[in-house]
Amino acid sequence: MSIDLSQFFDVFFEESFEGLDAMESELLNLEPGKEDQETINTIFRAAHSIKGGSGTFGFTAVSDFTHVLETLLDQIRNGQRQLVAEHVNLLLKAIDCLRAMLTALQAQEEPEQQEANELKQRFEAILNGENSTGVPEQAISEPEEQAALPITFQIDFKPLPYLFKTGNEPLYMIAELSELGELETQALHDEVPKLKQLNAEDCYLYWRFFLTTTRGESAIREIFEWVEDDAEITIVQCGGLFEEPDDHSESPNIPLSVPAEAELPVQAPEPSKMVQDNKEETVPVKDARKNTDPSTTSIRVGIDKVDSLINMVGELVITQAMLSQIGEQEITESSIAALQEGLAQLAHNTRDLQENVMRIRMLPISFVFSRFPRLVRDISQKLNKQVELKLIGEQTELDKTVMEKLSDPMVHLVRNSLDHGLETPEERIAQGKDPVGTVTLNAFHQGGNIVIEIMDDGKGLDTEKIRSKAIQNGLIQEQDELTVDEINELIFMPGFSTADNVSEISGRGVGMDVVRKNIQALNGSVEVSSEAGVGSTFTIRLPLTLAILDGQLVQVADHTYIIPLISIVESLQIDIAKVSNVGKGLQVLRLRDEYIPILRLYDIFNHKGAREELDKTLLVVVENDNYKVGILVDDLLAQQQVVIKSLEANYQRVDGISGATILGDGTVSLIIDISGLIKLSGLRRPGSSELLVDLKADEGIPA
Amino acid sequence: MTEHMNLNQQLVLDTETDEKQFLTFMMDEEEYGIDILAVQEIRGWEPVTVIPNSPPFVKGAMNLRGTIVPIIDLRQRFGITHIGYGPLTVVIVVSVTLKEQDKLMGIVVDAVSDVYSISEEKAKDVPDFQDSDNAQFVHGLVNVGEKMVVLLNLKKVLDLHDKSCAKSNGG
Repeated sequence: MSIDLSQFFDVFFEESFEGLDAMESELLNLEPGKEDQETINTIFRAAHSIKGGSGTFGFTAVSDFTHVLETLLDQIRNGQRQLVAEHVNLLLKAIDCLRAMLTALQAQEEPEQQEANELKQRFEAILNGENSTGVPEQAISEPEEQAALPITFQIDFKPLPYLFKTGNEPLYMIAELSELGELETQALHDEVPKLKQLNAEDCYLYWRFFLTTTRGESAIREIFEWVEDDAEITIVQCGGLFEEPDDHSESPNIPLSVPAEAELPVQAPEPSKMVQDNKEETVPVKDARKNTDPSTTSIRVGIDKVDSLINMVGELVITQAMLSQIGEQEITESSIAALQEGLAQLAHNTRDLQENVMRIRMLPISFVFSRFPRLVRDISQKLNKQVELKLIGEQTELDKTVMEKLSDPMVHLVRNSLDHGLETPEERIAQGKDPVGTVTLNAFHQGGNIVIEIMDDGKGLDTEKIRSKAIQNGLIQEQDELTVDEINELIFMPGFSTADNVSEISGRGVGMDVVRKNIQALNGSVEVSSEAGVGSTFTIRLPLTLAILDGQLVQVADHTYIIPLISIVESLQIDIAKVSNVGKGLQVLRLRDEYIPILRLYDIFNHKGAREELDKTLLVVVENDNYKVGILVDDLLAQQQVVIKSLEANYQRVDGISGATILGDGTVSLIIDISGLIKLSGLRRPGSSELLVDLKADEGIPA
Repeated sequence: MTEHMNLNQQLVLDTETDEKQFLTFMMDEEEYGIDILAVQEIRGWEPVTVIPNSPPFVKGAMNLRGTIVPIIDLRQRFGITHIGYGPLTVVIVVSVTLKEQDKLMGIVVDAVSDVYSISEEKAKDVPDFQDSDNAQFVHGLVNVGEKMVVLLNLKKVLDLHDKSCAKSNGG
C-alpha cells in the first residue's frame, strides 16, 4: 500500500506558513524575563507540528532544522533555560529561514541550506550550554564539530513491537544516522517468530549500529527522539570501529551473543541498500508534486459564513417551491398578489445571498497588519529608533485580492514613516516628545469603501524643501502659490521620486508615485496630510472588492459604456467659448485654471452616429494618475453598481476597455479603462519626455 | 475538451468507433461541419454589444447566463458576402481551446442542417488549395450521400490572433 503523499503537500504548506506566522507574532509579544507559559507553549506547538509534518513528507532539511528550534523551546518551556533577547532574535531569524525553505520546497526547488546550517549551529551551541547569554555571535557560529575528533558509538536500537503503529519508520532513522558519519549496521533478527506466529504489523527486528562521527551524542539522540518512548535505545562510546563496547549492562535486551559473525556481511548491506532504495523513492514523489498546480490558491472561510450561506440557500429553495406552487395554480387576482409577494421574497433572498457570497472572499485586514510588528521591530532596531506600533480595526474585512495587492504599498508607507517620519529618541526628547514614537495603522469602513490610515507622530513633511525640490525639478514654477496640501501632494509626482537625494532632504518621496499607482490600480486613492512637528497621516481609500464597482453609465451613439465613478471628477456641459484648438485635431477646454484635453469617445472607438457638436454633448472629466481629461459622450445615464466580468476570458484584451458587465436588461456593457483610453487616443502624459499637454506649465497652449 | 487536433489521437486509442459525429450548418448554400462535442448550445440571433476597434467579423459580445461570449460572423470570417440577420439566423456556441485556455465563442451561421456520423478516414481527402485564404480553416472534405460537407478546423477559425488570418479580415 502506498499513499501519494503529494496530495497533502498543499495543506502542509498552508498550515506550516500559518504556524510560522503564529510563531512570529507570539515571539514579538514575548518580553524576555516575563514570558507567559501559554505563549511559549503556542510557539512550541507550532514548531512541533512543522517538524512533524516536514518529517512525514520527507523534507528532512526542514525537520532537522526545526528540531533544534523545538529543543530550545522545549527547554524554555520546561524551565530548564531562561529565555533571553538573543533567543528571540535567533528564533525570528530561524522563522525567516524556515519560511524561505518552505517557499522553495513549495516551488519545487532545492531550499538554500547555508543559512539554515549556520543558524542550526548557533542553536546547537546554545543547546550545548556553551553560552546561554550574550556571547558574541562569532563565537556562537563557530561550528563545534570542526574541532571535534571522530568518535565511534555503539548504538543499540530495539524498538518495541508496536513501533510501526506509531507511524515511525526505522529505515528513515537509519538513513539519518548514515548521514552523521560512517555507519555500520547489524540487523538482529533472533526475535523474529515463526511465520505462523508472525504478526505483519509488528516490528521484530532490532539493530546494532556502529557509528563513527564527529557529531556528539546529542546528534544521535535527536534522531531517535521521536521514538524514545517506543524503543529501548542505548548509546555507548567505544574506542574503535568494531571494538566490543564497554557495556554497562544497560542493554539487557540485546543479547551479547550477537548472531554469528558470518551473518554480518549478509545482513549489513541490506539496510544500506534499502536506504538507497528509499532515496530513489523520493524522486517520484517530487515529480508527482510538479503536477499539482502551485498557482491554485485557497481561502479559509469561517464555518459561520458557510452556515449562513446554507441557511440562505435553504430559504431560497423554500421561496422557489412557493413560486412554482403559485405557477401551477390558475391565475387569479389573489394568486398574482401571492406571486408578487413571492418575487419580493426572491429578490430579498438573492440580495442576501449575493452579499454573503461576496463576504466569503472577505478576510480581516489583520492578514496584512500582522506582518507589520515584525517589520517595525526590525527597522526600528536598524535605525536605533524606539517605536510603538498601534493596530486599530484589525477585524475590518476586505476582499482577498485587494488585500494581496495592498500589502506592498503599505509596507512602503510604514517603512517611510519609520525611516523619515519619526525622529531619533534624542531628537524627540529635545523637542519635548516621548522618546518612543508611535506609528498607528487604522482601518475602518466608510461608505462603500475601506479606509486605511498610516499615522506617525514624527516631524511631518518639510514643505519648504519639497517645494524647492519641485521647483528644481520643474514640477512647479517659482511663482506658483501652492497650499500646504498641494505641496504635500507633490511627493506623489513621478518626477519626484527619480530626483537624486530628495529623500535625504525632504524625507519622503522615494517611490511614492509607485505607491499611488498601485493603489490606483485597485481603483483606490491615497492622500497625505501632515503638520510640521506633529506628524503625518497617509490615507488610503479602497473599494471593498474588485469584483464590483460603482459605475456611471454613458451613452455614445447606440452604445452604452460604463465609466468608473471613482475616476470621475465632474460632468459638465461644454462652454464653446472656452474650447481651444491645439495643433492637429486636439481640443482643450479651459476649466477654471486647468486645460482639459477633450477625448471624443466615438472617434476613439470608431462609432458612427454619435453627436459631434460640442454644445450638444456632455464632457465627463476624469482623473487618472493626477492627469485630467474630458471624455465626450452623448448623454449621461444612470449610476449603478456593476459586477465586473472578464472580456478576456473568452475573447482577448481590448484597448481602452477594462472589462464588461451585464446590465439589468441582460445586455452586455463595456467598462472603460481610463488610462488605456488615454493611451489609445494618442495623448501623452505630462511630465514625460514626450510632453504634449501640460497642466501647470502651460506656455505651449494658447489660452 | 475535444477538438479536431485530438481526433486522430482519440481514434488511435479507440479503434472500435472510428466514426465521429459532426454538426453541420448551412452557409451560402454550402454545408459545413464541426465536431459536435465542441458545440455547447444553439441559440437564435439577438443583438450584441459592439466591441470597439475589433475586426469586422467580430460582431460583439453576448451575455450567456452571466458569461461574456464574443460572437463571430462566419460568413465574414470566410469573406462571403454578409447577409442581414433575421429570426432564422443561428448562433452556435462552441468551446475551443486556444493557447491552453478554454474559450466559449459564438459563431453566426445561416441555419443548422444535420448531424452526421463521419469516418475520419474518408475526411482525409483534402484537395490542395494553397492559394485560398480559407484553406487553413478547412480540416477536410467529405461526401455524405450526394452532398459534400466541409469539415472545419474550429481552432483556426476562432484564433483571432493568428497572423495568417489577418488578410482575410479585410481590416
